[in-house]
Amino acid sequence: MREELLSIIEKNSRIDLKELAIRLGKEEIDVVNELQKLEDERIICGYHTLVNWEKTSIEKVTALIEVKVTPQRGQGFDRIASRIYNYPEVRDVYLISGGFDLLVTLEEKSLKDIARFVSEKLSTLDSILSTATHFILKKYKDHGTVIDEHIKDEREVVSL
Amino acid sequence: MNIPLNETILNIKPSGIRKFFDLVSEMDNVISLGVGEPDFDTPWHIRDEGIYALERGKTFYTSNSGLKELRQEICNYQKRTQGIEYNPLNEVLVTVGGSEAIDIGLRTMLNAGDEVIIPQPAYVSYEPCTLLAGGKSVIINLKSENDFRLTPNELLNAITSKTKVLILAYPNNPTGAIMEKEDLEKIAQICINKNIYVMSDEIYSALTYKGEHISIASLPQMKERTILINGFSKAYAMTGWRLGYACGPSDIIKQMTKIHQFAIMCAPTTSQYAAIEALKNGDEDVKTMREAYNQRRRFLMNSFKEMNIKCFEPYGAFYVFPCIKEFGFSSEEFATKLLEEEHVAVVPGSAFGQSGEGFLRISYAYSIENLKEAIIRLKRFIEKLRNLQR
Repeated sequence: MREELLSIIEKNSRIDLKELAIRLGKEEIDVVNELQKLEDERIICGYHTLVNWEKTSIEKVTALIEVKVTPQRGQGFDRIASRIYNYPEVRDVYLISGGFDLLVTLEEKSLKDIARFVSEKLSTLDSILSTATHFILKKYKDHGTVIDEHIKDEREVVSL
Repeated sequence: MNIPLNETILNIKPSGIRKFFDLVSEMDNVISLGVGEPDFDTPWHIRDEGIYALERGKTFYTSNSGLKELRQEICNYQKRTQGIEYNPLNEVLVTVGGSEAIDIGLRTMLNAGDEVIIPQPAYVSYEPCTLLAGGKSVIINLKSENDFRLTPNELLNAITSKTKVLILAYPNNPTGAIMEKEDLEKIAQICINKNIYVMSDEIYSALTYKGEHISIASLPQMKERTILINGFSKAYAMTGWRLGYACGPSDIIKQMTKIHQFAIMCAPTTSQYAAIEALKNGDEDVKTMREAYNQRRRFLMNSFKEMNIKCFEPYGAFYVFPCIKEFGFSSEEFATKLLEEEHVAVVPGSAFGQSGEGFLRISYAYSIENLKEAIIRLKRFIEKLRNLQR
């Protein structure tokens, strides 16, 4: 049940328990227990909402920052990563293979805020060698969801 | 003026589904549970392969029986899912959907007056195709108490000295019924003893919810007397690509290829390239779609249970077939009332043969949100009917 359960709630974490149990063909109590276990094991790490901020009046700027760092003896990239992800304005931090080491995404109210974060906080950290900041101009798809998709049933009438 | 019209064709009744949906198209705010095709788009990697074929200029006819690589992949698929070994050179024909294979298969096998046994409720094309091929349909009215499976006795009672072909369509449209190995073994034995050929329409084979589908052609001595029909429409959500196939004894496939060659030439080339990709790398997509269908199936079965409506549990395709006899209407009356009063479209079971009378075909090739709204309306409708009965 675990895999199927996860794949349902990854798409819709607001689904009610009764419906979830029916769709999985399980008892509600078993689903509740399984969810609890998944949370305890930190397999489920949170329940979030995908927001299209562009449609609101709230200004948001998102940047992807490529970061090159010097790994530290005994701790590899973990220590510098934690120094970065502890800033609340940092949304994601990934260790990446290829031309740079860490990919950091940042969400702020304005371009200026992002510039300030990069120049004052990020690039002044000890082991940071260089950064390259990319601003997101438009989001087409996020978390597997096409942002502006209008689903329309286009099937025509056939006799079968 | 004397319009030239063939009498046999004039006498064919138009499909009951069609008639009903002409009504639907005139209404607003209709929630339909009537459509018999997947609601998913064809997986992107398959579409992409079709586009790539066009880019490379693969815009010519293929050989009459289809691309060799596709026939090989079809054989691989049958080998890995059913353990049946077909020779791609002379035992496979790629057709324009499973429906073409049904048509030309019957035309190939039947002589005037030969009898074709058709267990119903069934897909609407078997009877007219039999008629057009000069054959005679012998209908078996399957029973809900047998979960709409074909029983050995029913088959034996329908066999005469003229019986040539049995059409077996499981997983079944419209009932969602399946036949398991033990059921098929008994049917196979009779076919062997009575020298009857089987046309096994397995278009829904990828969509089963209780173990894997088993083809009658995989049973001993059955490959040589079975035309296995399958395709890409239901498994890979590829209805509009119009691609299916037939596998069977080379003597029959060879003659079918003749009709196919003169009537069709070859199946669409773009679709054939896409289908190769589907068979090679589409297993995961099928699994994902099957899981989604299964969740919806459970949701519907649970809703009928809550409404206290009789419905046997279907383990295949994407249909449920609840019984509405308690309300005292014919299926068509019930479906029409439901459409008029609650704007929910379902297909009357009687469209699939006399034995479908008293049932509805409800398709779950719809999003769960869509199904939920439809069930709310259906519940309201049924409560109203029950209150009136009291």
